Amino acid sequence: MSKFIRNFYTSCVYIFLYLPIAVVIIFSFNNAKHSLVWQGFTLKWYAVLFHDTALLQVAWNSLALAILAASIATAIGTLISVSLFRYRFFGKKILHALIFILILTPEIVMAISLLLLYSFLKIPLGFWTLLLAHTALCIPFVAVTIYSRITTLDTAIFEAALDLGANDLTIFHKIILPLLFPAIVSGWLLSFILSLDDVIISYFVSGPTFNILPLKIYSMVRLGVKPEVNALCTLMLLFTLFAVIASYQSIFKKKLK
Amino acid sequence: MNKKHGFFKTFSVSIIWLWLGIFALVPIALIFLTSFLTKDTNNIVEFIPTFKNYLEVFNHGYLKILLQSIYIATICTILCLIIGYPFAFTIARSKSKYKPLLLLLVIIPFWTSSLIRTYAIMAILKAKGILNTALLAIGIIHQPLQILYSDTAVLIGCVYDLLPFMILPLYANIEKLNHEYIEAAKDLGANWLTIFIKVIIPLTMPGIIAGSVLVFLPAMTMFYIPVLLGGAKNLLIGNLIEYQFLTTSNWPLGTAISVVITLLMGIFILIYWHNSKEKDRESLA
Repeated sequence: MSKFIRNFYTSCVYIFLYLPIAVVIIFSFNNAKHSLVWQGFTLKWYAVLFHDTALLQVAWNSLALAILAASIATAIGTLISVSLFRYRFFGKKILHALIFILILTPEIVMAISLLLLYSFLKIPLGFWTLLLAHTALCIPFVAVTIYSRITTLDTAIFEAALDLGANDLTIFHKIILPLLFPAIVSGWLLSFILSLDDVIISYFVSGPTFNILPLKIYSMVRLGVKPEVNALCTLMLLFTLFAVIASYQSIFKKKLK
Repeated sequence: MNKKHGFFKTFSVSIIWLWLGIFALVPIALIFLTSFLTKDTNNIVEFIPTFKNYLEVFNHGYLKILLQSIYIATICTILCLIIGYPFAFTIARSKSKYKPLLLLLVIIPFWTSSLIRTYAIMAILKAKGILNTALLAIGIIHQPLQILYSDTAVLIGCVYDLLPFMILPLYANIEKLNHEYIEAAKDLGANWLTIFIKVIIPLTMPGIIAGSVLVFLPAMTMFYIPVLLGGAKNLLIGNLIEYQFLTTSNWPLGTAISVVITLLMGIFILIYWHNSKEKDRESLA
């Protein structure tokens, strides 16, 4: 009996977590403009979506931005975690604390701090300000992801390599990069999704010249719910679900080996 | 030491500090600086030092919004704890071959866009939404419930969005719980309630604290959840900052509010820091 109650309770929590996602997906196929009553299956909202060239442009903008931001953030985040692990340098402890603080800093504070920086340097808001802001948002997360992996490495490998005459650059690309590859991939993926989903920072540092998907969805949602939004959100959800499951599968497979 | 590492070390450390200097330290300094300057209608700020902004934060009725944000964040944290604790406990006690799947199912929603999920909650809670339609059909209610655009809706959205942040640290902690302590307590004649209060809760306290901080901090500065679910009248501190920046262009006041809440949160971050080990903090991401 108590087992039944426990199973029932966990099922309820899972339903709570997944009901909204299911609602979006189901109503993207509903053949009704305003009603929430099921009026039959249709794909017409997806057709509307794919004929909206302005919206597609915004989606491409988001994708390009997320790929670039994730790549730069992963490069710098990798350097940070490798340096923290291998070297002693000025301000190492401060750097460690700073990364932790940056992760816990409210996004809105980070957003206005970057807005201040841009206005102070007189950089016009647009693609570049978004790219730099998204990169700044992602770096601490990449650094933490990779650092937790790098601390499991055996330092004897580095000493052996040094004894055999390898320099740091060789050690970096022949030893560290291959060993850290799974962590680097998950760091990149995390950044990619953070960038693709970010509303708050983008809201402050974007300009009229370069719109991105989260902001577009935010304004669509605020103006009232259109059925195309359901279709768009379903595609976004499936896309991230696919990416997450793919990455987990590769991590689980690694563990089995 | 330096000589052995040479160019690569110099290169990495320079890039790291250059980046963090420009995109973390300078912006933080700018927030702090701006909060002591005077508002100017043409140039955003005037370089006249003043404490006026901080006095305004505490005088101008903004204090009420700050307290309201703390209140909502506290209730949200408590609700997450009440829902999340038994849940994490059940997963931690389930068969080990199911654990990765059960955990993955908790993590997936938190990787998908929270904006989209908030929008879905709007569709559920609307006057003619799914919840009301279902309840009316069953006959539990005869008038549609007005949940959307209320504090309740904001709380539902907040709990929904942040529940995984509570479950994951709790799970990590409960999983490590040594079962022998519970057995020992049973042998010594303790009943179920005593075991829970005297043994299980103290042993899982680090997880409770970690989860609470990870829920409380984002809950304090929620931004689009109050806009979408709370309507215009239920604004929180995040919306107030946005309003000062993008509507009234009072940047000094906006930064002063940010400094106040950041300091307030610093207290919670310190509590968390003292309660967590390095390994736990790394698992944050």
